[in-house]
Amino acid sequence: MIPAAFEYYRPKDMEGVLAVLTEHGDDARVLAGGHSLIPMMKLRMAEVPHLIDLQDVAGLGGISVSDGTVRLGAMVTQSDIIADAVLADAAPIMREASLQIADPQVRYMGTVGGNVANGDPGNDMPGLMQCLDATFTLIGPDGEREVAARDFYESAYMTAREDDEVLTAVSFKVPEGGYAYQKQKRKIGDYATAAAAVQIVKEGGTCARASIAMTNLSDTPVYSEAAGAALVGTSVTDSDIDAAVQAMLGDIDPAEDNRGPVEFKRHAAAVILRRAIARAWSRA
Amino acid sequence: MKDDAGVTREQRVEALGGMGCKRKRVEDARFTQGKGNYVDDIKMPGMLFGDFVRSPYAHARIKSIDTSAALALDGVVAVLTADDLRPLGLHWMPTLAGDKQMVLADGKVLFQGQEVAYVVAKDRYIAADAVELIDVDYEELPVIVDPFESMKSDTVLREDLVAEDGSLPDGAHGPRKHHNHIFTWEVGEKEATSQVIDSAQVVAEETMYYHRTHPCPLETCGCVASMDKVNGKLTLYGTFQAPHAIRTVVSLISGIEEHNIRVISPDIGGGFGNKVGAYPGYVCSVVASIVTGVPVKWVEDRMENLMTTAFARDYWMKGKISATPEGKITGLWCEVTADHGGFDACADPTKFPAGFMNICTGSYDIPTAYLAVDGVYTNKAPGGVSYRCSFRVTEAVYFIERMIEVLAIEMNMDAAELRRINFIKKEQFPYQSALGWEYDSGDYHTAWDKALKAVDYEGLRTEQAQRVEDFKTGKTRKLMGVGLSFFTEIVGAGPVKNCDILGLGMFDSCEIRIHPTGSAIARLGTISQGQGHATTFAQILASEIGLPADSITIEEGDTDTAPYGLGTYGSRSTPVAGAATAMAGRKIRAKAQMIAAYLLEVHDDDVEFDVDRFVVKGAPEKFKTMKEIAFAAYNQAIPGIEPGLEAVSYYDPPNMTYPFGAYICVMDIDVDTGEVDIRRFYALDDCGTRINPMIIEGQVHGGLTEALAVALGQEIAYDDMGNVKTGTLMDFFLPTAWEVPNYETDHTVTPSPHHPIGAKGVGESPHVGGVPCFSNAVNDAFRAFGLRHTHMPHDHWRIWKTANKLGLHG
Repeated sequence: MIPAAFEYYRPKDMEGVLAVLTEHGDDARVLAGGHSLIPMMKLRMAEVPHLIDLQDVAGLGGISVSDGTVRLGAMVTQSDIIADAVLADAAPIMREASLQIADPQVRYMGTVGGNVANGDPGNDMPGLMQCLDATFTLIGPDGEREVAARDFYESAYMTAREDDEVLTAVSFKVPEGGYAYQKQKRKIGDYATAAAAVQIVKEGGTCARASIAMTNLSDTPVYSEAAGAALVGTSVTDSDIDAAVQAMLGDIDPAEDNRGPVEFKRHAAAVILRRAIARAWSRA
Repeated sequence: MKDDAGVTREQRVEALGGMGCKRKRVEDARFTQGKGNYVDDIKMPGMLFGDFVRSPYAHARIKSIDTSAALALDGVVAVLTADDLRPLGLHWMPTLAGDKQMVLADGKVLFQGQEVAYVVAKDRYIAADAVELIDVDYEELPVIVDPFESMKSDTVLREDLVAEDGSLPDGAHGPRKHHNHIFTWEVGEKEATSQVIDSAQVVAEETMYYHRTHPCPLETCGCVASMDKVNGKLTLYGTFQAPHAIRTVVSLISGIEEHNIRVISPDIGGGFGNKVGAYPGYVCSVVASIVTGVPVKWVEDRMENLMTTAFARDYWMKGKISATPEGKITGLWCEVTADHGGFDACADPTKFPAGFMNICTGSYDIPTAYLAVDGVYTNKAPGGVSYRCSFRVTEAVYFIERMIEVLAIEMNMDAAELRRINFIKKEQFPYQSALGWEYDSGDYHTAWDKALKAVDYEGLRTEQAQRVEDFKTGKTRKLMGVGLSFFTEIVGAGPVKNCDILGLGMFDSCEIRIHPTGSAIARLGTISQGQGHATTFAQILASEIGLPADSITIEEGDTDTAPYGLGTYGSRSTPVAGAATAMAGRKIRAKAQMIAAYLLEVHDDDVEFDVDRFVVKGAPEKFKTMKEIAFAAYNQAIPGIEPGLEAVSYYDPPNMTYPFGAYICVMDIDVDTGEVDIRRFYALDDCGTRINPMIIEGQVHGGLTEALAVALGQEIAYDDMGNVKTGTLMDFFLPTAWEVPNYETDHTVTPSPHHPIGAKGVGESPHVGGVPCFSNAVNDAFRAFGLRHTHMPHDHWRIWKTANKLGLHG
């Protein structure tokens, strides 16, 4: 649990960050809250000869809600999310999910940017961002670009981000309707055995729109378009929920680990989604 | 000195802070401010750092070790392999169980994480870098992780234990049946028990696996070895639960005379059995310091701790229990297959290779019983320590408390009632058990009735029956379990006539010096790892010698100053060292009585002790306080009495003590997710005389939390290749405040008749009784659906699997 030697950089601005990234390519990594990267370095599973701490870089914080859009700087912590009343009002699912991430100590350091950019399928924010149809802002030597959360994840730890790019912000439209972030975990601090993010819009007793994403049930977060579609136009009865669950089960591909075999994970995913939909619908 | 006019006797008692009061822990001032001094806080000039190359394989031959690249790294001072230790005879070391263990891999490795080479470098980071540079060429061998398979396998794990002609020399505990077999230990009457069970009208059988787990103290194991080449003295700081035993062992294996070795246990961040044994890190650090002449520090990281130092449990237990149609138990049969890993490094008294597993008749009057334990080698880490319990007592109590439940199912009886009709009765104590123990005292029926009443047991069963109905009619998906456990611990090892470790008798000790101004220091052979000895032992002394606890310093852990003792584990501190403390205090008091009589100008027999003073019998206004007596002891010439006021006591207990308790757990189980919600946990403990109720409560909370961990998910799991699957705290379950329920504590008091103050020890009781209580609750929730037994740990997916097998998922 002792990392290999590395150079430590603490630039004041994004230019300084990009300069190091450009010079060292994939030998350099940015450090946000450190809760994924530092354990990997200590286990020597990640070798990072050049570590760029984003702590002092200006302009990466802040939560704003304006013109129907929510924007979170990459360095916004889960603790910031939980404490922000405006955000809790605009997108209460953010607070509900953040409260289920690890423990308060971790949440003081863990950032939204690190959580979505690292590409760890166990992280909760990627699935949530896919549910909210968020957009990630990346900056690199060639300037800024935007990538949809639903297009960002390729496989475990592999994302659309280039080695010389930094994820600077996430943004999404203020969600409508009912919501739920439902997570089963073995203990505090654990990744999900299964988790579901659900947003549902109810119009006249019928589901008008539904968005569903699952966490830690594949090597990427799973946005299940089919599961959402199964609910649209229905009155979300038990059998409608069953149909959505069946659709979701077609999209996930869990692996066995200490949380249990595949058969159990599929069962847990179904139970969790069923509960998430019921709760979101009751709030819609 | 009559300055206490108007002070009542009660106020004088209160001012002492003696036994029975909720004295705040004196240790906490430093711990809560981060001012503790742990091994890793020790920094010495020129200190070097050690780190291990460990085997990635569970079973492999070592073809070569190339250390050249590591030695070429700037800052690397030395790399030790078995070849370097061989000339010193230190490439193997004796284990506490009479086996021997490789210090560094001698030609092969027997478990994943085994120590292969030891790097010494100028800082901790360079040491870790050098580990990466050492190239070991392994040839993989067949891996055995199942003890039953091991006993049938042609693969020889320990070639060193097979003679050249292929025969098997006896092991430390007698004949061996197979090259991977370690010992067979039999207790009780085999034929008689067999006959009783074969002819019984009711017999219940069950096989249960008590999974492998780990004590996982917050602080891992470590040491700093410092050899002073000028005066030839070795100082060894370390996380030692038994510093004196470590000193003797170091002397025996290194050849350094014992007076030239000073072992110091500084503050220890939890032990729970993990820090009883001797580990390769200690030996390598000592050798490295001898070689380099400067101090060498070695501290495990969390993965090394979980993977290599001292697992616990790993017992396969096959039981049969017989009874009359009325439910009176007539016989108990227990066969254990014990997985000891690659070396037998169990920490048990030498004559007890399976510890006190023969307490497995529990709290019940069982006339006939038989126990056989077979120890087996596999490709897993060595250990077999008593994780927050006396030697193998958790296994024994789990076994009997599950067997009682299985018998209740077999007889379609209420498990609480079945316990009641089989309890040893109050008037049967001292009670001779069928497997050889003499239980000192107990009042089980009173404790059980109090517990059942406290939780409204009948009400719980009514509610549970309704829940089953509601489940069957689809009104709920949650089942309710009522877990019962009544345990009898056996602690305070122990009488030297039958308890020793490597020939070291298991007495303990206390030495007291009263200072002239009426304060004192007492030193003991034990060592606190969080138990609060500095608080509680001062309370014992306050009551015994009449000086305030706040004026008494308790010191432990430095072998140059503390009297010899066998250390702290197996809940032995209060039963043994606590007794020594009381006895030493009484020696002080006896001398104080003579001094008081002289000062009061009366005969010795005409004064009597009263709280904090000696008074003239019948004239309470004539007295000398202990403070006055202390001053006189040093400063007044008293004919026929030596100056000073000191005493030492070495206490060899006449018997073990037998704390007991009644625990009840109420939980709800979500059959769809396997999640468990502990609604209520009631714990009644009887630890005899209670020294500090607040510390007892804390001990009970801690022990129950570790019981919850073990029952509900904490395990060291291996895959078929011998890879550890639970090597970090991500997968190894260490409960936090979030997972822990509210505990209700209660007590009865049945003093030990043979202990000077009647105390029995409590630190481990809640773990011993808690594990079966949680497990019984899970099992009980499914009883109505036909479950007899399901193995721990009861984590989500295993509970789900149980529900699934019972057809509860539709």
